[in-house]
Amino acid sequence: MGEPLVVIGNGMAAAHFVDALTRAALGRFAIAVVGEERQLAYNRVLLSSVLAGDVARNEIELHPAQWWVDRGVTLLTGHRAVAIDTAIRRVRLAGGATLPYRHVVLATGSRPARPAIPGIDRPGVLTFRDMADIEALSVGPGSKVVVIGGGLLGLEAAYGLAKAGAQVALVHLMDRLMERQLDARAAAMLRDAVEAIGVDVLLQAQTARIEGRRRANAVVLADGRVLEADKVVVATGISPNVDLAYATGLSVGRGIVVDDHMCTSHTGISAIGECAEHRGVCYGLVEPAYEQARVLARRLAGHNASYAGSILSTNLKVSGVHVFSAGDFLGAPGTESIVYSDAGLKHYKKFVIAEGRLVGAVLFGDTGDARWYLDLIRNGTPIEAFRDDLAFGRALAERVAA
Amino acid sequence: MNAPLQTPASVKTTCPYCGVGCGVLARPDGRGGAMIAGDPDHPANFGRLCSKGAALGDTLGLKTRLLHPLVRNERGVLNRASWDDALGTIADGLRDTIERHGPDSVAFYLSGQLLTEDYYVANKLMKGFIGSANVDTNSRLCMASSVAGHRRVFGEDVVPGCYADFDTADLIVLVGSNAAWCHPVLYQRIIANKRDRGAKLVVIDPRRTASAEDADLFLGIAPGMDTVLFSGLLVFLADQGALDLDYIAAYSDGFATALAQARRLAPDMTSVAAATKLAITDVEQFFRLFQATPKIVTAFSQGVNQSAQGTDKVAAIIQCHLATGRIGMEGQTPFSLTGQPNAMGGREVGGLANQLAAHMDFTPREIDRVRRFWRAQRMATHPGLKAVDLFEAVARGEIKALWVMGTNPVVSLPDADAARAALRKLDLFVVSENVCSNDTVAAGAHIVLPAAAWGEKDGTVTNSERRIARQRPFLPLPGQARPDWWIVSEVAKRLGFGDAFSYRSAADIFREHAALSAFENNHTRAFNIGGLADLDDAAFAVMTPVQWPVSSRAGGTSRLFADGGYCHADGKASFAAVADVALAEPLHDNFPLRLNTGRIRDQWHTMTRTGLSARLGLHLMEPFVEVHPDDAAFYGLGDGEFARLRTRHGACVLKVVLTPGQQRGSVFAPIHWSNETASDARIGALIAPLTDPVSGQPEAKATPVAVAPVTFRYRGFVLARDVPDWPAESWWARVAVNGGDAYLFAGNAELTVWQGWANRVFGNDVELADYCDQQKGECRVAAFREGRLAGALFVSASGLPLWDTVKALFDSDAVDDSARRLLLSGKTADGVAQPGPTVCACFNVGLNPIRACIAQGATTPAAIGMATKAGTNCGSCIPELKRLLHHDAAPLAI
Repeated sequence: MGEPLVVIGNGMAAAHFVDALTRAALGRFAIAVVGEERQLAYNRVLLSSVLAGDVARNEIELHPAQWWVDRGVTLLTGHRAVAIDTAIRRVRLAGGATLPYRHVVLATGSRPARPAIPGIDRPGVLTFRDMADIEALSVGPGSKVVVIGGGLLGLEAAYGLAKAGAQVALVHLMDRLMERQLDARAAAMLRDAVEAIGVDVLLQAQTARIEGRRRANAVVLADGRVLEADKVVVATGISPNVDLAYATGLSVGRGIVVDDHMCTSHTGISAIGECAEHRGVCYGLVEPAYEQARVLARRLAGHNASYAGSILSTNLKVSGVHVFSAGDFLGAPGTESIVYSDAGLKHYKKFVIAEGRLVGAVLFGDTGDARWYLDLIRNGTPIEAFRDDLAFGRALAERVAA
Repeated sequence: MNAPLQTPASVKTTCPYCGVGCGVLARPDGRGGAMIAGDPDHPANFGRLCSKGAALGDTLGLKTRLLHPLVRNERGVLNRASWDDALGTIADGLRDTIERHGPDSVAFYLSGQLLTEDYYVANKLMKGFIGSANVDTNSRLCMASSVAGHRRVFGEDVVPGCYADFDTADLIVLVGSNAAWCHPVLYQRIIANKRDRGAKLVVIDPRRTASAEDADLFLGIAPGMDTVLFSGLLVFLADQGALDLDYIAAYSDGFATALAQARRLAPDMTSVAAATKLAITDVEQFFRLFQATPKIVTAFSQGVNQSAQGTDKVAAIIQCHLATGRIGMEGQTPFSLTGQPNAMGGREVGGLANQLAAHMDFTPREIDRVRRFWRAQRMATHPGLKAVDLFEAVARGEIKALWVMGTNPVVSLPDADAARAALRKLDLFVVSENVCSNDTVAAGAHIVLPAAAWGEKDGTVTNSERRIARQRPFLPLPGQARPDWWIVSEVAKRLGFGDAFSYRSAADIFREHAALSAFENNHTRAFNIGGLADLDDAAFAVMTPVQWPVSSRAGGTSRLFADGGYCHADGKASFAAVADVALAEPLHDNFPLRLNTGRIRDQWHTMTRTGLSARLGLHLMEPFVEVHPDDAAFYGLGDGEFARLRTRHGACVLKVVLTPGQQRGSVFAPIHWSNETASDARIGALIAPLTDPVSGQPEAKATPVAVAPVTFRYRGFVLARDVPDWPAESWWARVAVNGGDAYLFAGNAELTVWQGWANRVFGNDVELADYCDQQKGECRVAAFREGRLAGALFVSASGLPLWDTVKALFDSDAVDDSARRLLLSGKTADGVAQPGPTVCACFNVGLNPIRACIAQGATTPAAIGMATKAGTNCGSCIPELKRLLHHDAAPLAI
């Protein structure tokens, strides 16, 4: 029998961790995965595609049931871990059952933020996070939906709902969409793309309250505008799910504090993914979570492995458009920038350069070389030799340099 | 469906550029263009063409052509008018001016581009019916000194030899001639002679030109000192006993005086070397080579002619041949290389203000003879004004009506800004032109008439070896364009001279011209083509090239003067004493250098035709000034940078080209660019209007000039289909490219200004792509319309950006997405992998490698992931991978 290892959480980080660990040390651990959702781990990134009807629900499962079986994993889906008794090294589930452990991996993810908006608790006000939300969000053609929040999640929800036939209004507090990932020009292009699929985008729009006699039926903005709504989706952000860690007495900041080895403040308990706070940063994207999962798997398999943090990068398809951003994409004072755009192709690229090195980038529409740019940023590669070719991609730059 | 066009036959015609007069075969393509080839049967070129001639097909389009008469209205706008209105307005204006101010208040300014028949009619109207001799031509700027030298020494404007002499000479001396660029086909005959027969080539030129590359001896003479060199040669030959005293005694007079003056100017080789700034050994080598070689051709061109002492230079050269009897025999002749295709034809009819007609002069007997022949109503009685004087008379208000035909004097005249300003004073200013706009039309022409162009015109031209050849039409007259002879005749009719101008064809005019040449000739005039006076229309149509004199039907004449037979009244040649040698204008502290000017290989005159050819434009794209590196260092000029050139008369800004082939103290700039083709490069504006006292030809190659660096922060190019208006203080030059026009520019406007400018220039109905690296000073904009590249702007702070790739795409019917994505890099997509649209965002795997993977047998997303990593991170592209697998692997529907 292997060492008992309990993974709390059955999301993308958990699945990736199990994959990595079983590749590195198959049979060394007896793995149990505890997840609140009933279904197998699925690709949360594709929820908007499910909502849009582009992809069937079962198509977004990360691995089939047999995959878990093949790796000897005890899957406890539909179960909630309520406590970790560090003294006796047992995880207690909601039904009272306990699981012994030698290692606990917290991969509890995050939950939607619920801002203090009057009326937010009315029926018909939904979030956009998991499969259950998708079911609740299913709308008929022509129904009116107001999405609050113009970040990635809100846009994904708006895209899915609009594709499914809803009349969608997207309300965003800031003056541009995805302001944490995009600069003004890319955000404006994204707005055009979102509006092209029928979403009505309202910027600098503060939600005053959600109204309705019983169910929510309207969103009232601070400037007095009233947006009718059959449903309201609140997508203003996420907060790391730290309840269990907090109750266990782990060191918790915004997220569960971990060191470069993904160790929490308690021996034998690690944390990865959106619930973790590494060097003061909680990452809300899949790639750092996967990186952390691989680091932890390698450490538990007995290798030297540490995580030095991720250069913040966004590389995704939002509302049908590829976007990428990384590093100091806004350009701090003293930096230089190269800007390229093609209005006809709807491509836009901005590169921020400091001291002869790429320090940030935004790509909109054509992200084909995003990995290369990210590597240039991460490695601090001097770029002056191919600066003129930088905007036109790796193939050109490397041909020219060769 | 249309029946396929039959392949039209080739038409034999003559090239419209330099004085070599090459035969051309033009085969119309039925779409307004023609295939061009050299005529293998033509004795000037035997099938060869130079770069300009070979590109004639590029110049035939109608894009820039004037297709109907224009008359300027009260508000100053040129409006379309009927021929009848335009001709009537001209006739009324001329009649009114003559009545009020006399016949000398009107003038015609003609061109070596006109055919002999056009020239003849214009000359006849002015000198026989208006009663003035104010008819001059741009040949004044080109050949007048040779004409004057010929007339002074031979008694008539006669080139004694022929092109075949270049094949058989053992020494060929080029003086002031860059024949390699300016008479390329003849130059190739020289090179063939060198190669096959071992002939020697001596090049005498202040610049080490392309012609000097092949020279056995290059004499980099000080500007203006040719007369000293050839006077020294005459003295040397005399001292060596190398003269042909029998020939001198039998066929000339004045030799002793001429030799005495030569001896005063150039007593020995030391003094020659000092004056010409040549090494004495080089001078001696040349002199001894000349002495030792019986068969010599000395060919000269603008370096000799364009001088305030051009007539003396021509005489000094000719006299060395005359004094040694090296004339009129195979391989032995002085030879004036004519600049234009029909400069000689113009001289034959009297197209210069100081000649009457058919090589006759303003003597009472000859005036009377021509009057009787023409049945003239009002004969001119004295020479008219030569070109420079003529435009000065316009400036003084003495000439009130001017008709310019087939030339662009606002570009080509010396002191051209003054000439341009003078044109504003005219009561009547008529221009006959091929193109709808040029600097002369823009100088305020009141009436602009659409003249027939090369390929449409019908008539004759005479080349440098006295060979009369046909220019034949092979294209229909476009729009309302008409031959120049028709236009002039119609005005003559409206002035009441219908009986004398009732020509039906060029053949009619040619017969009259030939008859006049023979009229009461009695061997007093070498120019006699009486043998052609009774050609009927059919014979004129098939006339083959022939060298005058053609006094009988027996045929032409290759050489003259071997046995005397000169054209002075006593039948002898006349040696002339040349004047003391000096350039017209001394250098000055403020103008310390000499401005030399000339042609380049692939452009012709003011570029209204060659400027349309993309291949010709590529040779030398921008107006430039050649500077010796030491001068450049002294004046702070860098290669590829810019310089302002300033003389007492005008200024321009040119790109600097450093070359050790340029003599120190002298700079060289080409003459071709105008305000149509460049912002600030009209060289004519800088040239002093100082002329030879005999020939009236201006000294175009030695104006004192100052140079100073001009700094531009940015360089760039624009590709556009319409002419843009430039940001203030931009320097630009237009270059023809396939698909539109290109502009190479320099400027100091900020990148944001250029970006805004591009947005305006490329219009609203385009998709714009732009690239900006502000810190590096790079800005690029491309405009797309319906999948084509409609325009492009590249600006750079680090030199002229690469443009070949963009230029190729500009001419392309469609720019695909991958080429479009790289276009603003300015670099070709060749060899650059094209991944296609991104499918996997995490690993940036494009559609193309995934398709390739499926084509190689992948059937699952996992297999694709193994091969490409696509879908192996976040997995969100897996549904798309599945669709691709399904779609690409689906069997073809039957």
